[in-house]
Amino acid sequence: MNVVVCVKQIPDPADPGALDPTTKTLKRDGKLILDESDSYGVEMALQLVTTAGGGEVTLVSMAPNGEVSGLRTALAMGAAKAILVSDDALAGSDALGTAKVLAKAIERVEGADLVLTATESSDGYTGTVPEQIAGLLDLPSVTFAKHIEVDGSKVKVQRQTEAGYDDVECPLPAVVSVTAGVVEPRYPSFKGIMAAKSKPVDTLTVADLGLEASQVGWAGAGQEIVAIEAAPARESGEVVEDDGTGFEKIVAYLDNLKVL
Amino acid sequence: MALNTIWVLAEASDGTVTNPTLELLTKARELAGTVEAVYAGSDADAIAGTLGEYGATKVLTTGDLGGALPGVPVANAIAALIEGGSAPDVILATTGTLGRDVTGRLSAKLDRTVLTNNVDLEVDGDKLVTTEPVFGGATNVKTTFTAGGPHIVLVRPKSFVAESAGGGAAAVEAIAVPDPGKSGGATITERHVEEREGPSLDDAAIVVSGGRGLGESEKFAMVEELAKLLKGAPGASRAIVDAGWVPYSYQVGQTGKVVKPTVYIAAGISGATQHMVGMKGSKNIIAINKDAEAPIFSISDLGIVGDVHKVLPALIEALKSR
Ligand SMILES: Cc1cc2nc3c(=O)[nH]c(=O)nc-3n(C[C@H](O)[C@H](O)[C@H](O)COP(=O)(O)OP(=O)(O)OC[C@H]3O[C@@H](n4cnc5c(N)ncnc54)[C@H](O)[C@@H]3O)c2cc1C
Ligand SMILES: Nc1ncnc2c1ncn2[C@@H]1O[C@H](COP(=O)(O)O)[C@@H](O)[C@H]1O
Repeated sequence: MNVVVCVKQIPDPADPGALDPTTKTLKRDGKLILDESDSYGVEMALQLVTTAGGGEVTLVSMAPNGEVSGLRTALAMGAAKAILVSDDALAGSDALGTAKVLAKAIERVEGADLVLTATESSDGYTGTVPEQIAGLLDLPSVTFAKHIEVDGSKVKVQRQTEAGYDDVECPLPAVVSVTAGVVEPRYPSFKGIMAAKSKPVDTLTVADLGLEASQVGWAGAGQEIVAIEAAPARESGEVVEDDGTGFEKIVAYLDNLKVL
Repeated sequence: MALNTIWVLAEASDGTVTNPTLELLTKARELAGTVEAVYAGSDADAIAGTLGEYGATKVLTTGDLGGALPGVPVANAIAALIEGGSAPDVILATTGTLGRDVTGRLSAKLDRTVLTNNVDLEVDGDKLVTTEPVFGGATNVKTTFTAGGPHIVLVRPKSFVAESAGGGAAAVEAIAVPDPGKSGGATITERHVEEREGPSLDDAAIVVSGGRGLGESEKFAMVEELAKLLKGAPGASRAIVDAGWVPYSYQVGQTGKVVKPTVYIAAGISGATQHMVGMKGSKNIIAINKDAEAPIFSISDLGIVGDVHKVLPALIEALKSR
C-alpha cells in the first residue's frame, strides 16, 4: 500500500503575519512549518501502510521558497520521502494553480494507491484543492473522512455530513480528504527526527513538472484582489471577574434583552 | 443589469429547500436577469414551488444519483451543459460539503477558478466582486475574476437574508449525467443521522456553545441543560468535536455552522479566529472563560472571567428557580 500525502507548509498560526499591501497576498517570507491539519493525513497514511503490512508514505508539497522544515517534521513522523515543488513562478498561485502543481507531482509517484489531503488548509482554507487534484488526475474521491479503512481494492470511509455521517465506499486509487478527527497524530521521536535528516527530498521546478510558468503563480491565477478593508470592529463590552455572582450578571443581561 | 444568468446549486433535506439556498436565490435575483437552480435529487418536483417562489425560473435536475457521492456526477452534468453552449455568467453554491465537492471538480473540468468563503457579492461595472472575511472577520478581502466565465463562487450560509419574490413554480428540466469514467465509483452505502432535539443551531434565538474549557465530555451536559432552559440550541467549538465529545453537527465556525442568534453564550471557548467567523454576527455575545486574556472577550458584550464549573451550575440553578 503506497500512500501520497499532500502537506502544506505554512507560517506559524501563532504568528499569522499580515497581508502584503502591494502583492495583496499573505506574507510568507518567514519560516514555514507543517500545517497541523496535514499531520492527521500523515498519521493516517502511516497507519494504513502499517496495517497493509508493506509500502511507504510519500509527501508532496508546494512552497515558493524552498522550505523543507515542515516536510522534515512529517518525515520524522515516519514518511519515507518527499517531493517539494519550489519555484519563484509559484508565488501568487490560486487553489486551481496549486492543484495543477500537486497533481503533476503526485503523478511522478509510482504505484500510488491513495492520495490523502486535509479537508482544508489552516491558512488558505479554500477546501477545494482536494477535489481539484482528484479532477485533474481523473480519480474518484471522498472528502471529509473521519474514519478510513482499506479493504482490498477499495477504501471504506466514514464521511462527516451536516446530519451525521455516511458510510462511503470508493475504488482505489482515490483521493481522500481527512478531518482533524480521523486519527491522533504521533509526535516525532528523537530517532525519527534524526532519521528524517537523511531521507530524500526531491526538489522540482515548475518546468520539471512539464507545466508552463503561465499556468501557475500570479500569471495563472484566475483571480485578483481589488481591495483589502478593515471590517467594522465589534466593540468589547463589560468584562467582570467572577466573585461568585457572575451568574447574576448573565441573568440580568438576559432579562434586559427580554429573552427569559 | 450586468449579469444575464446565474445558476444556484440548490440543496434540500427531507423535501425542504435549505435556507442557504434561499439566501443565494435571493441575492442572485438582485444580480442577474435570469436565475436557475441546479439540483441533484429525486424530488425536484416537490421543491420546484419553493425554488420558483424565491426566483428560480427553472430547476435543472440530475434526478436520483443512485447513491453516488454527488461531486463527480453533478460537476460532470453542469460541465456538459456548459460545453453544450448554455453557460451561465456565474455559478453560486454554499460553502459546505456539497458546494466544495461540486465546485472543486467543476473548476478542474472547466479550468476555472473558484472563489471561496465569501459573505458578499456585488457587480461593479462588468466585474463580479466577492467579499471574503479573513483573520476571524477583522479584515475583508475583495476579489474579482481575471479570466472568462463561468465564474464559480462559494458563499457562506447566513450571508444574505432570504426573501420570497412571490414567483410561480420553477419549470423542472432533466439534465444528463455523463458517464463518470475513471473518476466514478464513490458510493454511499449507508447514512447515519444523529438525532437532535429542540431548535436547530441555524434557527435558534439563543445558542449556548461549549469548548475545551469544559474539561471533559460529560460536562457538555451543562451546556445542553442551559440551552434547553433558554429554549436555545447547544453548539460547540471544533476542539470538542474532534475529541468526539459531540457530533460535527454541533460545530460552530469556519468549518461548521454560521450562527447569528440574538444571544450567543460561549463557555470555555478561547475565541480562535476560525470559531469567531462562525458566531461574530450574533447580536449579543456572552463569554465565560477563566483566562482574562482569552480572545473571545475582545468581541463579547458581557464577559465573565471565571470557572465554567462554577458559573454554569449557578446560572442553571438561578434560571430553574425563576
Ligand atoms: C482549518 C481550520 C478550521 C477550523 N475550523 C474551526 C471551526 O469551524 N470551529 C471552531 O470552533 N474551531 C475551528 N478550528 C479550530 C480552532 O483553531 C481552535 O483550535 C478551536 O476553536 C479551539 O477550541 P476551544 O476554544 O474549545 O479550545 P481552546 O482553544 O483550547 O480553549 C479552551 C478555553 O477554555 C478556557 N478554560 C479552560 N478551563 C476553563 C474553566 N474551567 N472555566 C472556564 N474557562 C476555561 C481556556 O482559558 C481557553 O481559553 C479550526 C482550525 C483550523 C486549522
Ligand atoms: N501548497 C500545498 N502543498 C501541499 N499540499 C497542499 C498545498 N495547498 C493545499 N494543499 C492540500 O490541500 C488541502 C486543502 O487546501 P485548501 O484547499 O487550500 O484549503 C490542504 O490541507 C493540503 O492537504
